[in-house]
Amino acid sequence: MTLLMAVSPLSHPFFQHAFLAGTAIAAACGLVGYFLVLRAQVFTGDALSHVAFTGAMAALAFGYDLRLGLFAATIAMALLFGTLGRRARPDDVVIGSVFSWILGLGAFFITLYTSSRSTTNGTAGISVLFGSVFGISAGSAVVAALVATGVALLVVLMARPLLFATLDEAVAAARGVPVRLLGYGFLALAGISAAEATQAVGSLLLLGLLAAPAGAAVRLTDHPHRALALSAGLAVLEMWAGLFASYAVPRMPPSFAIMAVATAVYTATFLVRRPAHVSRARAAVPTGP
Amino acid sequence: MNPIAKAREAVTPSGHTVPNRRAGGHDTAPDSGSGPVVDLRGATVRVGGRTLWSGVDLRIGTGEFTAVLGPNGVGKSTMIKVLLGALPTAAGEVRVLGARPGQANDRIGYLPQRRSFDTSLRIRGIDVVRMGLDGDRWGVPLPFPSTRGRAARARVDEVIELVGASAYAHRPIGQCSGGEQQRLLIAQALVRRPGLLLLDEPLDSLDLPNQSAVAALIGRICHQEGVSVVMVAHDVNPILHHLDRVVYLAEGGAAAGTPTEVITSETLTRLYGTPVEVLRTSDGRLVVVGQPEAPAAHTDRHSGGPS
Repeated sequence: MTLLMAVSPLSHPFFQHAFLAGTAIAAACGLVGYFLVLRAQVFTGDALSHVAFTGAMAALAFGYDLRLGLFAATIAMALLFGTLGRRARPDDVVIGSVFSWILGLGAFFITLYTSSRSTTNGTAGISVLFGSVFGISAGSAVVAALVATGVALLVVLMARPLLFATLDEAVAAARGVPVRLLGYGFLALAGISAAEATQAVGSLLLLGLLAAPAGAAVRLTDHPHRALALSAGLAVLEMWAGLFASYAVPRMPPSFAIMAVATAVYTATFLVRRPAHVSRARAAVPTGP
Repeated sequence: MNPIAKAREAVTPSGHTVPNRRAGGHDTAPDSGSGPVVDLRGATVRVGGRTLWSGVDLRIGTGEFTAVLGPNGVGKSTMIKVLLGALPTAAGEVRVLGARPGQANDRIGYLPQRRSFDTSLRIRGIDVVRMGLDGDRWGVPLPFPSTRGRAARARVDEVIELVGASAYAHRPIGQCSGGEQQRLLIAQALVRRPGLLLLDEPLDSLDLPNQSAVAALIGRICHQEGVSVVMVAHDVNPILHHLDRVVYLAEGGAAAGTPTEVITSETLTRLYGTPVEVLRTSDGRLVVVGQPEAPAAHTDRHSGGPS
């Protein structure tokens, strides 16, 4: 019964596209998210979710492809955070006013768009805010999957030096690791991931896809490379679970289903009692996904 | 993809100096047979137009334990930066491991001044040590067993054993005490068999028993493994009996030599411009009293002395 339910949706093209894009996007977000959590830069992801919406709306208002504005805004914001420094965190008043202003700007652009050009795509604002993974076209799905795969490969390529630079910046720099370049490169990848995640779960929910699987992975293992793989694996499984659940219960939007599974998994990690001291023999047995 | 790592691999196997335990004689000039590990001649450093120190002459031989001492803000950590090639000298000549500073950093173990790791950091101590071995390589280690992976794990285990951290190396480093973290970081600095170890205030923020234990560990590694050590410290007492050589930096001036030459009441009083007294305890150890910032724990035994 469950097997039948799980296999049949893959015969629908809309589900195939969602599955292809969703899998690659989730893997990229899981990998990037692990380093966001480790580098205490989750807040950057929050800032990205605000500009993603405004960037997409601005592109629509001025008559460009939505994704152009999405990527430009998130990458620019990520690099801006790079210049502010790694632990940069504006004070509460700045968050309250500037971030609201950015969202307000998005509201302005959406009004501009609906009053002048909205004959073709009237619900663009909603689909950017909450995602429309089942509405993704074949072409968009392939582009999204290719970009996400590229992001995932780059994160894996720079994983070790980035880990070194994250935990031990001074020593890594003395060893010749390009610490600043890695920092900027990573944030640019985070920006791209945020733009990708917007297409899957929407700008309001993308932080969940970046932070929840990584947070769960960090709670489940102390081994950095295992945690990185686990974070990507959990993100992909949560994406799959959400997509299939949403297909089975059509009234449940996929974004909600994905976020619900991600949050449930993260919450469940608090129930796992970890041994206070992992013995050497146990640590040698691979326990990854 | 990574020419730096390739060049490093080519250099490392032949790059070690032969461990050479000194006989303990406090000779001023290191034997001319093997070149000095660190060689400063008339080195002068200016930062932002201000001369921090000038005319520093220092030669450190293989397996010698050297301390860089002096009050805060005098440029002790700057000395480490100069040796790493991160800061140029304004005058004089500097050679590190026979090369210009910064050229031989792959054979230098470096322990920066730091606060401790965040208690919530869930990375095991063994992974932090492993980063010192291959943390600068691109990509991730392959998940299946390989000869290189086995050799790397063996080396990491060996160096953790050396610093006596086996009991807690598999615990998240954020949950280790300050002394345990410091031992693991020393293991990280040692894991590539460096010829020179640069330590910036490694005893800072440790309690007194841990200070002397870590100081003894560094002294043992220095003399048994033949690694030259340059340690920045602001309190000489916990490390004094391990030292082969000291450099005192003070406003504008510097004094370098063996502890018995430099740590005298006259030299320190002249350098600091304030009365400093060096006392000798009954077991022959030197105790510096009245030096700026000397902790109270050491001064109370000599309450009659100047302070």
